[in-house]
Amino acid sequence: MPTDSAVRALADVPREPGAAKPDPIVVADDVVRRFGGMTAVDVQHVEIQRGAITALIGPNGAGKTTFFNLLTGFDKPSSGTWTFEGRSLHGLPAARVARKGMVRTFQLTKALSRMTVIENMRLGAGSQPGENLFTALVPPLWRAREREITEQAEELLVRFKLDHHRDSFAGSLSGGQRKLLEMARALMSKPTMVMLDEPMAGVNPALTQSLLGHIQALRDDGMTVLFVEHDMHMVRHISDWVIVMAEGRIVAEGPPETVMQDPAVVDAYLGAHHDTDLGDDALLSDDVAEQLEAEVQAEEEKR
Amino acid sequence: MDWTNLLVNVAGEIIAPTTAAYALAAIGLNIHFGLTGLLNMGQAGFLLLGAYGFAIATIAGWPLWAAVLAAILAAVVFALILGIPTLKLRGDYLAIVTIAAAEIVRIVGRSTTLTDLTGASSGLRGNSYKHTFQDASPFPDGTWELGPFEYAINASNSWWIRIVGWGVVALACLLIWLLMRSPWGRVLKGIREDEDAVRSLGKNVYAYKMQSLVLGGVIGAVAGIIYVLPRAVQPDAMGRSMTFFIWTILLLGGAATVFGPILGSMLFWAALMLIKLVMRGTVPETVMRSEQIEQFGWIIVGITLMLLVIFRPQGILGDKKELAINAH
Ligand SMILES: Nc1ncnc2c1ncn2[C@@H]1O[C@H](COP(=O)(O)OP(=O)(O)OP(=O)(O)O)[C@@H](O)[C@H]1O
Ligand SMILES: [Mg+2]
Repeated sequence: MPTDSAVRALADVPREPGAAKPDPIVVADDVVRRFGGMTAVDVQHVEIQRGAITALIGPNGAGKTTFFNLLTGFDKPSSGTWTFEGRSLHGLPAARVARKGMVRTFQLTKALSRMTVIENMRLGAGSQPGENLFTALVPPLWRAREREITEQAEELLVRFKLDHHRDSFAGSLSGGQRKLLEMARALMSKPTMVMLDEPMAGVNPALTQSLLGHIQALRDDGMTVLFVEHDMHMVRHISDWVIVMAEGRIVAEGPPETVMQDPAVVDAYLGAHHDTDLGDDALLSDDVAEQLEAEVQAEEEKR
Repeated sequence: MDWTNLLVNVAGEIIAPTTAAYALAAIGLNIHFGLTGLLNMGQAGFLLLGAYGFAIATIAGWPLWAAVLAAILAAVVFALILGIPTLKLRGDYLAIVTIAAAEIVRIVGRSTTLTDLTGASSGLRGNSYKHTFQDASPFPDGTWELGPFEYAINASNSWWIRIVGWGVVALACLLIWLLMRSPWGRVLKGIREDEDAVRSLGKNVYAYKMQSLVLGGVIGAVAGIIYVLPRAVQPDAMGRSMTFFIWTILLLGGAATVFGPILGSMLFWAALMLIKLVMRGTVPETVMRSEQIEQFGWIIVGITLMLLVIFRPQGILGDKKELAINAH
């Protein structure tokens, strides 16, 4: 459950797109990304609260991943500015953004297949002097740090239930395990803020539960989490704040309990089906799905 | 056919300076391709630049160490010129640019405008730049016999160049061994697997690729010096086919391994010699003339490379398990 402090901090924030937060870590203004004639992202103003778990949701193609790419330097915006911890990140290359403490994972997992799990993890760590070409030649200069890194990696692997695969090649892991590895690897650098693009897609529910607990623990230690997720249960279970995107714009913001009732959100997801509550678990039951399907068919027949 | 003589010749290829030079060139390429995944299709360009740098500097009167430094510097500059525009782009661009750049080096080298410097297409005679290296030998002049092998001690195709050549190869192996086990090598390996993932972990991918390109290129340039010391600098002998042989050697021995390039080079040159000698001894002149046999040898090389890539892409020493996993 969301911690009280993060929730309390966000209690007085107005439930509207672009709402100002009491202690924003990321502030973005007029960020626009066009692909040819198509505008994938058009965010006028958004703030992400420090030390909170914020969910970024929206239908497929809403521009969530593109927005992630822009913030983390993996893509260049057509226009716009944004700051991280008060400093502009505009135009900074991805690696520098990561070193500033904003680390992301990818929707399409990027496990380094022909490296072992533990090597994947070690690569995630920062300030290893042995990553310099000349220091690399003198092992005594980097062995101590390597031991620290390995210890930290092994702890995380236990947490992510990957310790049995320590020495397997990452390419031999299952899809869900790769997701976990990527997330654990991102945490190796002890980032100030993690951005997770659909972190739990394909991860089994029991493990999801324990990882959510872990994410919350990280937040309680002061880390900021921004994640994209389609699973509404997870969003409601873990997030302190929800930002909804549709067609590149931010259409709604609010706490997870209420944001799904916002008409703009319902519009974004379902078009005409206003009477359906997206936050309602019943949405997922069979008869509701059938009913929706029937309605859609009826509409199509009318055309 | 004289089988003893044949075996001596084949064994002689294994320790030949050319074999050492190719092993070293393949070690350089291994840093590019095996460790970092860079497709350098112009390694011969680095060898030729190294050879020119060394020979021209020596002819100009520079001492041995300064001439070697000139060769290394030429390779560094060449790597920077190649890398700055291409390393930010997708891998294939580097391949195209390196092929072209190596050809440019060769064509400029053989052009008549630079005759005074490079000797144009006839190149630079070995005797004009060998003296500093030979003078550096601590051994007395003469010839020396070791088992069936008899070579001059210092002159030209000598024991001295063999000792230095293989000594440098051993040093380069040690370097690779150290680097492959280091965090630096780990970052390169990560880049080979997925650049964006490594970038997301805060590593400056561009800088690492540049370091890899420069380091492998410098090793290539030193290989070029060893290659031309027992012969002459001939631009046309150091073109695309040389790059192609270096690739064959690397893939034969096994990319991303420490000893693959050495094993590959030894096998490559010994097998080629074996094929040539056996065919010369058994195929009558009327069927295939001597130069045709030479060319037939190269055809076999091409077929070997194809079979290798299809049936054993990890090479002889490569880790099958590592290659069995699809990269993405
Ligand atoms: N490289 C690209 N070139 C052209 N169009 C692109 C590119 N990347 C994204 N788009 C377009 O931008 C829009 C937003 O894509 P994006 O991947 O950000 O969506 P998303 O919200 O992450 O969706 P999902 O939930 O399915 O992951 C899509 O319409 C997509 O087609
Ligand atoms: Mg996406």
